[in-house]
Formats: sequence, C-alpha cells, structure tokens
Amino acid sequence: MNQLQNFTKGFFKENPILVLVLGTCPTLATTTSTLNGLGMGIATTFVLACSNLAISLLSGVIPDKVRIPSFIVIIASFVTIVDLLMQAYVPTLYETLGIFIPLIVVNCIVLGRAEAFASKNDAFSSLIDGLGMGLGFSMALGIVGAIRELLGSGSIFGFKFIAGDGVLIFILAPGAFFVLGYLIAIVNKIKKR
Amino acid sequence: MAKIESSFKNMVLSLTIISTAFALCLGVVYELTKEPIAKTQLNKKLNAISQVVPEFNNNPDADMFMLNTPEGDSLEIYPALNGEDLVGYAVNSYTMNGFSGEFSIMVGFNPDGSIYDIIVLSHAETPGLGSKMAEPEFKDQFKGKNPATFSLNVKKEGGDIDAITAATISSKAFGDAINRAYKTLFPNGPDSFSGATASPVSENIQTE
Repeated sequence: MNQLQNFTKGFFKENPILVLVLGTCPTLATTTSTLNGLGMGIATTFVLACSNLAISLLSGVIPDKVRIPSFIVIIASFVTIVDLLMQAYVPTLYETLGIFIPLIVVNCIVLGRAEAFASKNDAFSSLIDGLGMGLGFSMALGIVGAIRELLGSGSIFGFKFIAGDGVLIFILAPGAFFVLGYLIAIVNKIKKR
Repeated sequence: MAKIESSFKNMVLSLTIISTAFALCLGVVYELTKEPIAKTQLNKKLNAISQVVPEFNNNPDADMFMLNTPEGDSLEIYPALNGEDLVGYAVNSYTMNGFSGEFSIMVGFNPDGSIYDIIVLSHAETPGLGSKMAEPEFKDQFKGKNPATFSLNVKKEGGDIDAITAATISSKAFGDAINRAYKTLFPNGPDSFSGATASPVSENIQTE
C-alpha cells in the first residue's frame, strides 16, 4: 500500500466513525457544535499519531503478553499531555471538552490502530496511518457538529445567522443519534454504488 | 522486527522501562504547563469578579476570605475596594438543586446588600432551556434588587423571580444560589452588613 492511500483511507474508505463505527461515544457527546467536534477530533488526532509512532518504534521491545498494558501506558501518557496542554493554552475549549479528554484513553480507535496497525508496521507508515485516521475522525466529528449546530442553534462556528433557538432536539442527545445515523446511511448508500 | 520472548523477566523489564520513561515525560510536561494553567485559572476568576462588582483597584484574589454558610459549608468572598472604599463583594456561590445537579455562580453585591450583577461560572443545565439562565434576559432581572425585599423564589410559588419558560427548576436553583450567597454575607438581614463586613474582613486580613 502506498503512503497516500495509507493516509487517505481514514477519510472515506475506512473512516473510523462512518464506516468502522468506532469511538461513537465521544462522537455523540462532544458534537454539540462544529468547534467542539473539531477540537475533540484534533486532540484525538494528536494522541493517535503520537501513540502510533511510539508503539511502532517500541513494538520490538514489548513482549506479546504485556502488549496491551504497554499500549495503554503509552496512550494514557499522551492523553495526559494533551489534557495539560489544553488546560494551559485553550482553556475555553477545555471547559467544554474537559471530561471527554481523559476518555480518549479508552477510545477504541486509538487502541484499535495500535493493535491492528502500529504494532505490525514501520514507524513512518504508522505515523501516516495515525494522522489519516485522526483527521478522518475529526472530519466526521466536524460534519456531525456542523449539522447539529446548524439545525439546533442556527449558527456555524458560533456565527448566528438564524434568529431564535432552532430545533433544540439536535443539540440534545437524540439529535446526535439522528445525525450520525443518517450520515452512516448516506455513506453506505454511496459505498454500495 | 524480531519480537522478544514473553518471559517473566522480559515482561517485567519492558513494562518497568516504558512506565518510567513515560512518567518522566509527564513530569516534564506537568512542570512546563503548571504556570500557564495557574495563570489562566486566576485570570478567569478575576475576569468573573470584575464583571459582577463595580470598578475596583485592589486584588480581590489576595484579599479573599471564607465565610460559613447557614448549612455549615463555606463560600469564597472576594471584597472589591476602590482605594479605601469598599465598593462591593463578589461571592462564589453554588446550588445543588439545578436540573442537572450542581452549578456555580459569581454574585456581586453592593455594600447595601443589593445585587450588582451575576455571572454563571459553570453549569450542566439543558442547552437552550436551563442554559438561558446565563443570558442577560434572565439574570438582569436581579440587578439592583435586594434579596431582603426581593423574594428569591419563582413567581409560580409566590416569589419574585420571573422564571425561564420550561426551565422552572433551573430558575429556582438560580435563586437558591443567590440566596446562599446573600445569607452567608448578610446572615441577619441587610442591617447586619456593617457588623458582617467590619469583623470578617479585618480578622481575615490579620490572620492571613
């Protein structure tokens, strides 16, 4: 597989949310606005790229039987680094995403890529895979967030262009399921053709 | 790449080395971000205080003192001074009765006990319903009101608060949080103010 394919597979062919349906918990919870969704996506991308790189570099010295605990230590460390950096430099975003950041540790995508890709491939491919998957994840989160923000509060990126409240249910939890469900349906339809 | 064997020694060794190395990294990042984090949190607090009391020129954070609430808990009180004159108090108050549990607000009182302004610090109320309590349409009704004469309960229950449509619980909890701040700062009504101010401020400044 060439590196370009390796990078772009995360966007559509193997999009972690819309095709693999991994990591739906943060998707449903953090996408109340475009910015929140993208913020969560970027934070996950950072963790994914760094942990993929570290794991593929270290895979030679990690005995098979303790690979999962080692992966978790590595992933948790990068998540804590993101957590501290966000607290320090983007406090407003941290306030809305706060409780979901530590949960990146248990996000299936991160451990899934570590186990399925990074531990079996070289460092550069793993880094590219992490970046591609992470950006694909961010893109899906951004789209879900944009649709929910547009329908739910009549704004995009916080710029209001429809007066009033919009359809509240899209900001609430059920709206997340509706939007994600329809997006997956559309992607399946396109893939079938 | 050749995998190393899963012997007991190898497993212990590799886990120990990986954990130690990453713990070291975390320590470095923690040290680097400690200062900026403290700074942003302080700025956030000072910013909230400056929005709920008239203009001041002291450092309310340094002059902060704690007062016990009627329930036995304690609240942070930030006195705002302009020169020697006391211009108001910012009280970091909370309620447990929100629609989604706890939320906290910063209430600013004038020295006569009336409310100067209020700002919501953190909440988990329903977006679009309870979350409207942070907007001027709701919270401005408290400006200039003195809880001694303004009943902090919703109109439906005989009080004076004009509740948010479909968010009576949040509106009522908002009143509860203000009431807690007021009862803490002025335990015996507005007349108790001079007594309440003179003693705790000076005592606390001396003890600190």
